Amino acid sequence: MEFGPHLMLASLEGAVISAILVLTAMGLSIVFGVMRVVNVAHGEFFMLGAVLAWYITTLLGGHPALGFGVALIVAPLLVGCLAAFADRVILKRINYDPDRTIVATIGMLYIIQQTTLMTFGPEARPVEAPFNHRLSLPWFEFGENGFAMTWPWGLSTTSYKLFVIGAAVVVLIALWVFLTRTKIGLIMRATQQDSETAQAFGVPVGQVYSWVFGLGAGLAALGAVLVVPIQQAHYLMGHDPLLLAFIVVIIGGLGSLPGTVIAALLIGMSDGIISVFFSPTLAKIIATFLVAMVLVFRPQGLLGKTAP
Amino acid sequence: MTSFNKSNLLHFGVLAGLVILFFILPTYHVGVLSRVMVMAIYAMGFNLLFGYTGLLSLGHAMFFAAGMYGFGLAIKFGGFPVPAAFVVGVLSAALLALVVGLLALRTAGVAFMIVTLMFAQTAYLVVLYFGKYTRGDEGFILQQAERSLFGLDVTTETGRYFTAFTLFAVCFIALAKLVQTPFGKRLVAIRENEERARMLGYDAGRYKLYALVISGAVSGLAGVSYALLFGYVGATFSTVQYSIFPLLWVLLGGAGTTIGPFIGVLFMFYLIDISSGYTNAYMLIAGVVLVLLTVFAPKGIAGTLKARVFPWMP
Amino acid sequence: MDAMNILETKGLTKIYGGLKANTDIDFKLARGKVTALIGPNGAGKSTFVGMVSGRTAATRGRVFFEGEDISHLPAHSRIQLGLAYTFQITSVFRGLSVYENVELAAGRTLADRPSLLKAKVNSVLERVGISDRADQIAGDLSYGHQRILEIAMGLAQDPKLFILDEPTQGLAETEVDEFVALIRSLAGETTILLIEHNMKVVMATADFITVLDHGMVLAEGSPEEIHKNAAVQSAYLGTNVDA
Repeated sequence: MEFGPHLMLASLEGAVISAILVLTAMGLSIVFGVMRVVNVAHGEFFMLGAVLAWYITTLLGGHPALGFGVALIVAPLLVGCLAAFADRVILKRINYDPDRTIVATIGMLYIIQQTTLMTFGPEARPVEAPFNHRLSLPWFEFGENGFAMTWPWGLSTTSYKLFVIGAAVVVLIALWVFLTRTKIGLIMRATQQDSETAQAFGVPVGQVYSWVFGLGAGLAALGAVLVVPIQQAHYLMGHDPLLLAFIVVIIGGLGSLPGTVIAALLIGMSDGIISVFFSPTLAKIIATFLVAMVLVFRPQGLLGKTAP
Repeated sequence: MTSFNKSNLLHFGVLAGLVILFFILPTYHVGVLSRVMVMAIYAMGFNLLFGYTGLLSLGHAMFFAAGMYGFGLAIKFGGFPVPAAFVVGVLSAALLALVVGLLALRTAGVAFMIVTLMFAQTAYLVVLYFGKYTRGDEGFILQQAERSLFGLDVTTETGRYFTAFTLFAVCFIALAKLVQTPFGKRLVAIRENEERARMLGYDAGRYKLYALVISGAVSGLAGVSYALLFGYVGATFSTVQYSIFPLLWVLLGGAGTTIGPFIGVLFMFYLIDISSGYTNAYMLIAGVVLVLLTVFAPKGIAGTLKARVFPWMP
Repeated sequence: MDAMNILETKGLTKIYGGLKANTDIDFKLARGKVTALIGPNGAGKSTFVGMVSGRTAATRGRVFFEGEDISHLPAHSRIQLGLAYTFQITSVFRGLSVYENVELAAGRTLADRPSLLKAKVNSVLERVGISDRADQIAGDLSYGHQRILEIAMGLAQDPKLFILDEPTQGLAETEVDEFVALIRSLAGETTILLIEHNMKVVMATADFITVLDHGMVLAEGSPEEIHKNAAVQSAYLGTNVDA
């Protein structure tokens, strides 16, 4: 394949990665923005979403679209409820003290991961996509015969991958409407601005926190349900999304939602493109190191405001 | 008896107990204790930074690994004698800690945790990337002949136990003394109230850097000791999990106490040892212990004892 | 620079996001005297001492301490030159004992001479009257005692210049009287810059008064002069003298 079509293929893969990443990172960003909590267990909520999707589709059987449709709704809800429960039982008790919260979420990480290992086992579990048509893509170039449309071999995607991209866009719009147009969304944003004042105005900050923690975990789980027909469910799959989501949230500016979206696109696309052309380990080394340096020298994020 | 004498008695009592245990414990437990003492060095290094200075690093595995690889590679590819390789290992860790400190200490709080986590992740990936030398996840073995320390065979149960014991004892006593010096007290002052310490004329940034370098060097020494005594060098020791372990041990034993790290490692080793007999998901225990500790006993075992029973404890 | 003055500032200015908190403050502090810095709430008193002590970075202007330009020194270096600072909001090492708190303060210069250090700590605790509480954990002390500990930590450093930011805030009437007596006993021993709301305390202790208003020096002079000054009267009118 020539460079042009190859790049287009890489960009498509990047867009799929971005779509999943933006949902996962949004969850992390909302939780940090509103609660000032760094949730190290976020990747495990992602993993749990994927594993639940496998469980639900296997349990229901029948046409893959049936199980998948149910999983798309039920898995994020279950994971969200679990997270809200964990917030009540654990994080609230330690008053969201930053150090202790990190340690507690590390503990939650192992509890979720290892419980999954004990109940689902160490195997990777596939989930069948609800639909999966192969779509060949055209390529345009100016050749000797002028403008021509060709169908290079290997330049193709699947209808499911396009669906993932579309679904992520829809969820993002829904989230935006939820946060700006609904009462509970407004309450969340008020709490983010200033939790003490919000409390003084009668906002039940404690309940809002549980909702937010559940929402954040639910978004990660939703991303995972979408990814699981492409990538199999496995009890250790939470590690990479966690790291990538961290990177996105840091680049985008801690807690800034528009920054998170832009950074997710940036990171997802470059991850897709870089890993097609370069050694993935070297790319990861550079990316991880650069992100650490961003945090050291520009803690407000690359896209954050410069004002203190 | 003054508290100073009591704490001396406690420290030497622990060391004497470890000598006696060697002669009464069955071989299996002697082996476990050797490992516990090496990892307790690691935990003590972490404790100086976390327990005494109040800085929570989530990337200490990189210092442990720097010591381990500095030592292992110096022997494998540099042909260094063991004592020289030992120094190379500890210095590698100290140097890494210096560089990490100069960068990471520009941040504080949550950002410091994430930055150290990211640096450690970078270090882990670097180990994998240079798999040609490091042998990546698989790791490499140091042969018995390559590990002779001043003619002493550290591969026998006795040689290993007492080498581990000596290294542990030196670090244990040295760190216990260090935290009693004015330097150590200033670290505690920074942990308690950094702004106040600065407004008493202490250069908090410099003290934190010193603490990080010493902490990194001690962690590196633990890595060197592990490679020396168990003859294995591998990338596993630079994973996130090995950055979390010292936090777990120190929290369990009691942060900011001299004896806490050892108690934490000892408890956790046996807890995992016993539970791994029943399930392969033994890290579940680690998770449950972490959550229970943060919620119910943030001071850990030694910290709780100190607060409730023995206020003189160091 | 006048040898009489231990501290001078020239054109010291702080701008927070376009708002001027301090504007071109030229200030002289007489050696060995008690000078009070007064002014209505929001006049910029804390910002000013923040810039003098180095806690707050100045937007522009210079600070001279004993004739040396210290404008570019970080806070801890300024403290090492002999400047001590007590916080407006009590800031002690809450987890450490009273003795350890004072030991840390005195220990910067005396740590390598343990017997001198011990004598110093004990004499300071004696002087402020909390030696019977030496072994208590600072966080367990009453608010008034924490304020006293804060002052003890300042004294333990043997400062050439002692900056006290609202030391009597939140103290009971009898504690305020004890504080006035303590400041009087220090007169002549060290230079004191006192930020104070309580005019009774100011009148009882200060040799000189500087009045700040809207981030600028409004008036300077002896307590009598300030008392008669019409501009000061009007600045305080409506803002309720806070006394």
